[in-house]
Amino acid sequence: MRRVMELYGTQGWLTLGGAALLFMVIIPLLNLALPPEHVFHVPDHIVALMGKIMCYAIVALAMDLIWGYTGILSLGHGLFFALGGYAMGMYLMRAIGREGMYGSDLPDFMVFLDWKELPWYWLGSDHFGFALLLVILAPGLLALVFGYFAFRSRVKGVYFAIITQALTFAFMLLFFRNETGFGGNNGFTDFKRILGFPLANPSTKVALFITTAFTLLAVLLLCRFIVCSKLGRVLTAIRDAESRLMFSGYDPLHYKLFVWTLSAVLCGIAGALYVPQVGIINPSEMSPANSIEIAVWVALGGRGSLAGAILGAGLVNGAKSWLTVAFPDIWLYFLGLLFILTTLFIPKGVIGLIGQLRGRPK
Amino acid sequence: MTAVKFAKHQRCLASILLVLLTGKAWALDAASLNTLAAGEVNKKIAVVEQLVNAGDAAALPVLEALSTGTLYTTETGAVVIVTPAAALDALTGKPAAVEPLEKISINNRLRQHLNTAIAALRLAAPDRALRLAAAMELQKSAGDALLPLIERRLQQEQDAEIKSLLRNVQANLRLRAPERELRLQAVKDLARNPSNHIKSLLLARIENGADGKPAEPDAEVRQAIHSAVAAIDRELKKVEYLSHLFSGLSLGSILLLAALGLAITFGLMGIINMAHGELLMIGAYATYVVQILFKHYWPGAFDGYLLAAVPVSFITAALVGMALERSVIRHLYGRPLETLLATWGISLLLIQTVRVMFGAQNVAVDNPSWMSGAWTVTPGLVLPYNRIAIIFFALFVVALVWVLLNRTRLGLYLRAVTQNRNMAACMGIPTPKVDLLAFGLGSGIAGLGGCALSQIGNVGPELGQSYIVDSFMVVVLGGVGQLAGTIVAALGLGEINKFLEPYAGAVLGKIIILVMIIIFIQKRPQGLFALKGRSAES
Repeated sequence: MRRVMELYGTQGWLTLGGAALLFMVIIPLLNLALPPEHVFHVPDHIVALMGKIMCYAIVALAMDLIWGYTGILSLGHGLFFALGGYAMGMYLMRAIGREGMYGSDLPDFMVFLDWKELPWYWLGSDHFGFALLLVILAPGLLALVFGYFAFRSRVKGVYFAIITQALTFAFMLLFFRNETGFGGNNGFTDFKRILGFPLANPSTKVALFITTAFTLLAVLLLCRFIVCSKLGRVLTAIRDAESRLMFSGYDPLHYKLFVWTLSAVLCGIAGALYVPQVGIINPSEMSPANSIEIAVWVALGGRGSLAGAILGAGLVNGAKSWLTVAFPDIWLYFLGLLFILTTLFIPKGVIGLIGQLRGRPK
Repeated sequence: MTAVKFAKHQRCLASILLVLLTGKAWALDAASLNTLAAGEVNKKIAVVEQLVNAGDAAALPVLEALSTGTLYTTETGAVVIVTPAAALDALTGKPAAVEPLEKISINNRLRQHLNTAIAALRLAAPDRALRLAAAMELQKSAGDALLPLIERRLQQEQDAEIKSLLRNVQANLRLRAPERELRLQAVKDLARNPSNHIKSLLLARIENGADGKPAEPDAEVRQAIHSAVAAIDRELKKVEYLSHLFSGLSLGSILLLAALGLAITFGLMGIINMAHGELLMIGAYATYVVQILFKHYWPGAFDGYLLAAVPVSFITAALVGMALERSVIRHLYGRPLETLLATWGISLLLIQTVRVMFGAQNVAVDNPSWMSGAWTVTPGLVLPYNRIAIIFFALFVVALVWVLLNRTRLGLYLRAVTQNRNMAACMGIPTPKVDLLAFGLGSGIAGLGGCALSQIGNVGPELGQSYIVDSFMVVVLGGVGQLAGTIVAALGLGEINKFLEPYAGAVLGKIIILVMIIIFIQKRPQGLFALKGRSAES
């Protein structure tokens, strides 16, 4: 407990507590309790947007852990995110029951493909607990196996980035096929309820929002705990001087594998929270472009800073949801320039910039 | 009952055939015209058959007119063909001064015979399309009496496609000959021209019909058919293998063109250029613009536009590449992951710019006429000219790159800078300038790749995105810094892809290959052709 208390200083804990209060109590109250015409009412679409961004923030934390602290750039984190989403989506599809368009026990797309029974890998998807298990196991096991082989043969740097990109590309192609059994290019959508609560209800939405906020807080504390521990020191050492670390008697394989798998699992959890709030999951989430966008959130916010990762996810996605509606032509220019300018001019990200402005070194 | 009738019919035709083979050639004359105009249906049919077997081209317009209902009799008993302009005398083809009186009507039975007859006569037409259509028509309807005519035409026909169609007709007819020896000979001949159609014809002869017996009565002929089918199967397998080999080579050369520029920028210089795909796209759009200009200002020389497009696409892409190197990439040397992100940003900018300039839709790039069409080696092996051209173009680009790298001063400098930048700088090599030129060269080669890609696929703003993963796979698989490795990897990937496709399907085949590459990189992180020596570890 003492070690947990030492994660942040007094000021840090106060900020964190304030943010938690804001997102877990005040915003939900302002959304639910106040009438829509009230000045302080938080509209539904803002709540939905913030919920989405908090999911992205979890992904950004996971990315920061593996890239910012360990120095391994993954261009496949969108895959783990989508796998978690698909695992949750399978449960949500089953929870529709007979209310689908064809009124069948099977999900609509299976009826459409003229399938008579569930494929074996859908077994157990009726149970929420099993879905949660799958959310962790699917990305976790894939990351574990892939990471084991990649790190064992010391694939690193750019090569690692490129083969993770190929991996997510391959999975995208796989999930686009109807025969794979995950709804082809339409993916899963038209969800009705989760744990018996209708997804269209405002209270269900707010509950999901609060759950996401709570998860984000927990993930932040977990990541903080890791980077402040001895393990975190080793990770930073892998980033900065891997050969020197090896000569000091450490085997980087296990450390890399641990943080890589953990990072993938966190992404999966974020995906599982994302899908019921957004109401759709399809293979385009696995496109290489999505995964590389995650890297720019972290780069903009500030690599090697957990707060920076969250900030970056918020800034980029906030700008995205505003620009794609207001100036759809500008968005790609904005994103492209963001990639170029952050790498050229602010390698430490916005957090580093704020630090510089305050006159502190680093 | 029907069998008897059929036999009678055959005998009747056979007798006509006999007359034809022994007697004088029949041609269109007044008597036959009169029969066509006023005779009873059976006689009309006989006349039609005679005309066809005589191969009289002059009869064709009359038969066509009869079939389309523009053949008329006149008061004087003459027969005229009515065209929109005038009435022509059917016998002489000269304008007739008489008024057409009555349309000569035909019934369905006669119409069938007419269609076949017209098709048979059209086999001699000078227009290839007409002959092709006629040969197709005969596939369905040729009767035994046409055999000698078709055999004559077969000797004169030059076009491979029509020839193979005619051969099918001939085979079908000869397989039904009454003499055992003839049938046996037919089977032997057929085995020499293997195709799926002939195989199914042969199989139809030995399969049990409705009466429980095969159509072929003779056991020895059946045996011959069995072995012929087996031989055809072997031959078809060979053709299929060759066609896979060719499409693999074609895909491989496309991959090679897409990846060759990257082999220089990434392979030699170590720059992770995620905008490489967009340089391909720029090359393709440069080709598109050249094409538009030619269409507009110089339509007469349209077939030559590719010759102009090749240097234009090279220069455009090279200039864009050099601008990128100067403005962005130069500042990121030694920071590969940052380069990756920044060049990804560049790719987004380029895509959006092209979208704004040319629209988000695909644009149409037409093949010059000498590149459209295909070379039919055998009916099962058709090689499109544009694919062949691209294979040769890939060879040309590889040769160009090889010469540039190994036989020029820039190549020498580039290899020196790659192997040891500091030492090269000490020897007085202007490394920043070499970097700039080398990146321009790589980008220009990508532009050439884009020019080639525009000839076989869609040209749109997302063109590059679909090649970027493949290009990196090729370079990584081949081994960084190895031109030969890139070539082997591209062709190997192309061939494996095309040979996997029939078994696994296109998408699954691609996935299998990606997984194979991922596993391969685990085993040999340095690629197929690893660099050895001091520069290997860095």
